[in-house]
Amino acid sequence: MADINLMDIIKEKNVVYKKTKVLTDKVMHYCPGCGHSTTHRIIAEVIEEMGIQDKTIGIAPVGCSVFMYDYIDVDTQEAAHGRAPALATAIKRLLPDRYVFTYQGDGDLAAIGTAETIHACNRGENITMIFINNGIYGMTGGQMAPTSIEGMRTSTTPYGRDAHLMGHPIKMTELVAQLPGTYYVTRQAVHTPNLVRKTKKAIRKAFEYQALNRGVSFVEVVSNCNSGWKMSPVQAVKWLDENMLPFYPLGDIKVPEK
Amino acid sequence: MAKVKGAIVVDTERCKGCELCVISCPTHVIAMSKKVNSKGYHYAYMENPDACNGCTNCAIVCPDGVITVYRMKVEEKTEV
Amino acid sequence: MDEDFVLMKGNEALAEAAIRSGADGYFGYPITPQSEVMEYLTAAKPWEHTGMVVLQAESEVAAINMLYGGAGAGKRVMTSSSSPGISLMQEGISYIAGAELPVVIVNVVRGGPGLGTIQPSQSDYFQATKGGGHGDYHLLVLAPASVQEMADFMPLAFDLAFKYRNPVMVLSDGAIGQMMEKVKFQPQRPRMTDDELPGWATTGKKPDRERNIITSLDLDPYRQERFNQKLVEKYRKMKEEEVRYEMFQCEDAEYVFVAYGTSSRICQKSVQLARERGIKAGLFRPISLFPFPENEIEALTSHVKGMLSVEMSAGQMVEDVRLSVHGKIPVEHYGRMGGVIPTPEEIVDVLIQKFIGG
Repeated sequence: MADINLMDIIKEKNVVYKKTKVLTDKVMHYCPGCGHSTTHRIIAEVIEEMGIQDKTIGIAPVGCSVFMYDYIDVDTQEAAHGRAPALATAIKRLLPDRYVFTYQGDGDLAAIGTAETIHACNRGENITMIFINNGIYGMTGGQMAPTSIEGMRTSTTPYGRDAHLMGHPIKMTELVAQLPGTYYVTRQAVHTPNLVRKTKKAIRKAFEYQALNRGVSFVEVVSNCNSGWKMSPVQAVKWLDENMLPFYPLGDIKVPEK
Repeated sequence: MAKVKGAIVVDTERCKGCELCVISCPTHVIAMSKKVNSKGYHYAYMENPDACNGCTNCAIVCPDGVITVYRMKVEEKTEV
Repeated sequence: MDEDFVLMKGNEALAEAAIRSGADGYFGYPITPQSEVMEYLTAAKPWEHTGMVVLQAESEVAAINMLYGGAGAGKRVMTSSSSPGISLMQEGISYIAGAELPVVIVNVVRGGPGLGTIQPSQSDYFQATKGGGHGDYHLLVLAPASVQEMADFMPLAFDLAFKYRNPVMVLSDGAIGQMMEKVKFQPQRPRMTDDELPGWATTGKKPDRERNIITSLDLDPYRQERFNQKLVEKYRKMKEEEVRYEMFQCEDAEYVFVAYGTSSRICQKSVQLARERGIKAGLFRPISLFPFPENEIEALTSHVKGMLSVEMSAGQMVEDVRLSVHGKIPVEHYGRMGGVIPTPEEIVDVLIQKFIGG
């Protein structure tokens, strides 16, 4: 075995991964291990790799990711709760050569903004929608989300979500895949390296498809909310694997016809 | 014969100690420091640097992008 | 008559004027009595000649948020609706005011509360001039009184919206929206080119500038207070520079009707009727409802004995008139509600009954 000094390896010419410049240096306010951070990072990486920083306009939601604009270094608008697809609709129609994406949580996209989500998808707006589904309202302190799975304990379902009392968890991604205005619909996750790689590819496609003008590209990211779930990050990704993914299976739901 | 050697540099101030890199490292390079950064988080470090092959798994799973990964090919010396 | 004049509904005139204002986008949702606006626009197909986008949204909530997005991208965008629809938009309007975005909102008012009626009313005065949604903010409010003004106020509204980076409301009513009058349009203004878009807009971050962020959020109380103070300063500047009004036979008037929009048209006739009966009446017509022409109304107290605020409401603008005169003269209110339009005669009768007696 070669006697090799660490300092010989740690040289600029040997860099194989470093934080993208499209992510600002501001430390993200998310909790340790949060999927929001990972998803922000890979969106920023895609924007850098595609060379579209000067053509991208993001829409931040209300919820934990309300401060997305502090981290992803692109022009960004902060929408009222649930309304990001309406903003994106107008921006894309008025600036059709720009890349427009919304970033929304489950409360934003699947509860209060359901109408905006469905109709932007149904009109076939030529935008990318990123949907973070962690089954809980993180920002407000861990209340039930429209996507909280049955039996899931939250601060407003302290005995677990009872579908008879609180209704069923909603599968928005399957729902929007039924609409003719969606072009690419997929469900991904970001809690292991391979899943991050896959999600990044999906997000890249979702951005690239905007150039084709074929409709909405919709990427759900099944994510963790360690604080809301009251688990350590490592426990949370295990719980996600065992509980969230059986109900929200990963993979493409609608892919462009060749 | 060429062998791949890797190394990581952790931005310890930005590390939040989530340990996702630890469970994602296939060669068990990373552990959490007993020390904490200014925010009070135990941060990741290379406990077993010789095992690192620069696969980037840790950096790719790191939510906060605090890990920079380096990789180089090293010629193995032939024993005489 | 000049050949340039055409006969048109108020709602249609405002739609045509919007196109000619160089508007980039209209986003709306049908509601009586203003549905002709979007019907006119979709028939005119401005996207084929000026490039203006016209989109029927899924709700007023979506429409106002499309305005937020479009205005945030630096574009001239507008919507129109009527009272219940404007209520639905209030959240978005508050965000737009908080993010300092220039938009134009037309309210063709109908009677309320609730579904109320589809007949004209002026019962949204408070909502329009005092903010409407949550938080400390104001719209700049213009009140047209004719089909011609429905047209003329569109380019003005866009200019004021961009001058102040503030939402501008054109507060019309069902009568002016539906009536037909002759109207002459201003020539087509060009739409802004990409290079002319404002520097603060989210158009894509160029390497030579920081990213632009459109938001109404600031969790730091002291910064948020400074921002509120900035808004207050903006509204003060509007009061200095944007007060608009008309006076009709006020020079020698002993009694003055204060009325805007449809009511002001009726009160013109009331002035004439009152003078025929030997009463020196005049009319003060606020055109900008915010900023309210308070100094100009106060100035009239030097020779006016009393004012009658005539509104198609239970008495809303009357409060601003009273505040304006600082108690120097009595101010009374006369209003019809529920879509009822007062007659010139009954207004004169009320003036006599409240101020003169007999």
